[in-house]
Amino acid sequence: MRIPCPLCGDRDRREFYYMGAAEALTAPPGPEAPPEVIDDQLHLRTNPAGETRDVWYHETGCGAWLIVTRDTVTHAVHGAVLAERRGTTA
Amino acid sequence: MAKLPETSPAAGLLPLTHGGLTLSEGPARRMWMIQPYPGREAGLDAALRDAHGIGFPEPSRSTGQRGGRLIWAGRAQALWIGTADPAPGLAQHAALTDQSDAWAFLKLEGAGAEAALARLTPLDLHPSVFKRGHAARAPLGHMSAILHRRSAALELFVFRSMARTAVHEIGVAMRSLAARAAV
Repeated sequence: MRIPCPLCGDRDRREFYYMGAAEALTAPPGPEAPPEVIDDQLHLRTNPAGETRDVWYHETGCGAWLIVTRDTVTHAVHGAVLAERRGTTA
Repeated sequence: MAKLPETSPAAGLLPLTHGGLTLSEGPARRMWMIQPYPGREAGLDAALRDAHGIGFPEPSRSTGQRGGRLIWAGRAQALWIGTADPAPGLAQHAALTDQSDAWAFLKLEGAGAEAALARLTPLDLHPSVFKRGHAARAPLGHMSAILHRRSAALELFVFRSMARTAVHEIGVAMRSLAARAAV
């Protein structure tokens, strides 16, 4: 598996550290939210068969945090963007 | 206090020659990490051009001229290497850190240098891919290194504490390549 780092180019998966699902980057609910919502934010993750987005840290490379889009069924890696730019492109 | 002698990171270890390859230590230079503050990249680039005549490097590239150069060293950071310190005014736009004593600066020269490093780093260093002025932050063995091609030499920067490990690992690769060529 190779991850296309936007700064470094295609690099081996072993240069990266997995930092969890990208959906966990959304702002947590406020303290007034019902317990189910906070429980969901903290503990429940979708486990898609197909396209998924997750966060990887380019540990032995440029040090950037990336949002990687990949497919859990085919193992295809579709692309990666810098996490700092996640609002501007998919 | 006793006066402590100043030594270079690879003092006593280099130069090293095996076959057609020579690993040597780069000259003592001032080295600073320059890290632009968010949104100040354009201001830093302009200030660098004013003060030193070079721009902030694009990812995986370097810029430079006589007196000072910049090697891209990761997301939003570049390593200044010069005979003097960078202009203090750059601190308006970027975090400046004196790292002159923090890096071991090694140079690998000779035909087949890429083959030796291929045993240690997953990068494609072929001259048609990793050209003059190209830079990369990549693993070298288990170390995090900065690699840069400058004319005939491949320049390597590793943390000073890893100098002996880097010399050993690159030395083993050089020696085994030379041994295979001699069979």
